[in-house]
Amino acid sequence: MSDEALEAVGDYRYGFHDPENSTIRFDKGLSEQVVRDISALKDEPQWMTDLRVKAYRHFEARAMPDWGNCNLLDSINFENITYFLRSSDKTEKDWDNVPDDIKNTFNRLGIPEAEQKWLGGVTAQYESEAVYHSIREDLEEQGVIFLDMDTGLKTHPELVKKFFGTVIPHSDNKFSALNTAVWSGGSFIYVPKNVEVEMPVQAYFRINAKNMGQFERTLIIVDEGSTLHYVEGCTAPSYSTDSLHSAVVELIAMEGAKIRYSTVQNWSSNVYNLVTKRAVAYKNATVEWVDGNIGSKLTMKYPSVLLKGEGAHAEVISVAYAGEGQHQDTGAKVHHLAPNTTSNILSKSISKKGGRSSYRGMLQVMPKATGCRSKVVCDALILDDSSRSDTYPTMEIGNATADLEHEASVSKVSSDQLFYLMSRGFSEAEAMGLIVNGFFEPFTRELPMEYAVELNKLLELEMEGSIG
Amino acid sequence: MLRVENLHVSVEGTAIIKGLNLTINRGEIHVIMGRNGAGKSTLANVVMGHPAYEITEGSIFFQGQPLEELAVFERARAGMFLSFQYPAVIPGVQVGTFLKKSVASVRDEPPKGRAFRKELTEAMSQLEMDKSFLSRYVNDGFSGGEKKRLEILQMLLLKPSLALLDETDSGLDIDALRIVSKGINQIAPAAGCLIITHYQRLLDHVKPHFVHAMIDGTIVKTGGPELALELEERGYDWLDVAA
Repeated sequence: MSDEALEAVGDYRYGFHDPENSTIRFDKGLSEQVVRDISALKDEPQWMTDLRVKAYRHFEARAMPDWGNCNLLDSINFENITYFLRSSDKTEKDWDNVPDDIKNTFNRLGIPEAEQKWLGGVTAQYESEAVYHSIREDLEEQGVIFLDMDTGLKTHPELVKKFFGTVIPHSDNKFSALNTAVWSGGSFIYVPKNVEVEMPVQAYFRINAKNMGQFERTLIIVDEGSTLHYVEGCTAPSYSTDSLHSAVVELIAMEGAKIRYSTVQNWSSNVYNLVTKRAVAYKNATVEWVDGNIGSKLTMKYPSVLLKGEGAHAEVISVAYAGEGQHQDTGAKVHHLAPNTTSNILSKSISKKGGRSSYRGMLQVMPKATGCRSKVVCDALILDDSSRSDTYPTMEIGNATADLEHEASVSKVSSDQLFYLMSRGFSEAEAMGLIVNGFFEPFTRELPMEYAVELNKLLELEMEGSIG
Repeated sequence: MLRVENLHVSVEGTAIIKGLNLTINRGEIHVIMGRNGAGKSTLANVVMGHPAYEITEGSIFFQGQPLEELAVFERARAGMFLSFQYPAVIPGVQVGTFLKKSVASVRDEPPKGRAFRKELTEAMSQLEMDKSFLSRYVNDGFSGGEKKRLEILQMLLLKPSLALLDETDSGLDIDALRIVSKGINQIAPAAGCLIITHYQRLLDHVKPHFVHAMIDGTIVKTGGPELALELEERGYDWLDVAA
């Protein structure tokens, strides 16, 4: 396979950056005072300040995970990160009021255009806070709350207090502790009973500054019988120094509710992406994580679902692309806690030019959860000999009534496939792009069309070198 | 159109084609018959540019141009087409998308939108292919006959000036054979055709101008359609002696 063909896959197009204009920028480094300062700046209720401090102390005391990519994890320098950076004084409802640099960036990323065409609401976060936020009036009239998390805490403190940290406690892991301590931005969504939100709502996260830490916090509650599709995207400039993105996302699907959460993660390859995502599904609820990891230096992320109510269903579809210098350590966790719950996990990964992709999965069926069904499929495609793919599946099955399937495959692009496609007029790079897009197809067909097209473009030669 | 001069080809050091000469002009249908291992498929693949085959001696010219200068996809864009004996499976790529992109990269003025759909629909109905083909993945789960039909469909859409058909008739039932032949006859007048086959029965539908018998990497006898009948009747042993 030629270098040109390998180059063609996954070329990074969002590495540009704006001048760093900030209205408030904290000095680098983390301390209890930094945590208290963030809370004070946001004028938060005392309980949130206390929770942040408690989480900070837990983060300090907690050891780094001893699994995943320990070398890369240990190389994170927490003292060389900016924990809070405000780039715009307020969150605007009109793009015209967003500072020009920032507005131009989101224009280049196509956000305002997508908003007009197919979204029910948009929040655009730049560094630590949302700079733009809007929701369609009809959704607001139906009682749908869609806010950035900071505003959510201000305007709906009771609701936030009731659910915040209930799915992912601060003590869940070192990075959920860090996020709870220094969180800023993210989305807060509440969909009242029996409301079908037809158009997806989207959050877009952009890191611009060097050595930035972005710690958004998202909490989504979809009440009985309602549906929501939430889409998030993210990019950052390419720098030689590292940035850290460590989010916490909690989803709550009440009885009969349905949540689909789609992500196209496309951080530049200097970003550590260490994210905790977990959902609770009550009786007959459905939670779907559609999770694409294309960028970053190291991603460790395992979207999870706790199937708490009878008949609940989880779906986790993920793809990972690991190029030069990248490690995608991703997967899924499903815990069957109630009878007759079902789950499907489909994971696809591609590694090239020394990249490494790891699937790490957990499937648990509790003793009392009878009649459960689950299917896990992991496919890996390796594009050259220097690349690597690993699979670490764990199954804990507590009763004999469970119906489980597990399939795993590792394949290479065959010279026969390349020759066949080239004989039909495709250059080697185009042929490779087609094969890669085809491999990811079970994922892309689940995305809103604009995202699917975007993802395919990312992976195709035609786009090589056409930044922005 | 195609001129093969004293061609010698090796695969991993083993000589397969040993001094083969062949000239195909526009409008001519050539048939090559021979035993398994005689080098027939190697010839088709090496003309198309398969990287596993090494030309150790001799040359191939297409429209006067030496082929070694052209990459596989450039050969396709120049008007060459190979109908594969074993077409590759491309999971996740829908036939419709694949055909559209392929036509766009091969034809100088690819038809757009509605014009393309019209052409596609016509070609598919001619080959008695259902529309549902378009949303299936390329050759994924296809029967042998479906794969061959898809090859011929591609040929009709790409309109090659040189068509290489490698055992396109193998494994086809009578109806499929008739349909596939229809496709070949449609492009034949404006193209050069090289048909590799084991069976005379295809020649009930397609009338060749030349039939070549290939043994051990070279053409040992050339004749008209009657040679195909003779080969099917007598086998190849009598030619071994003659050679």
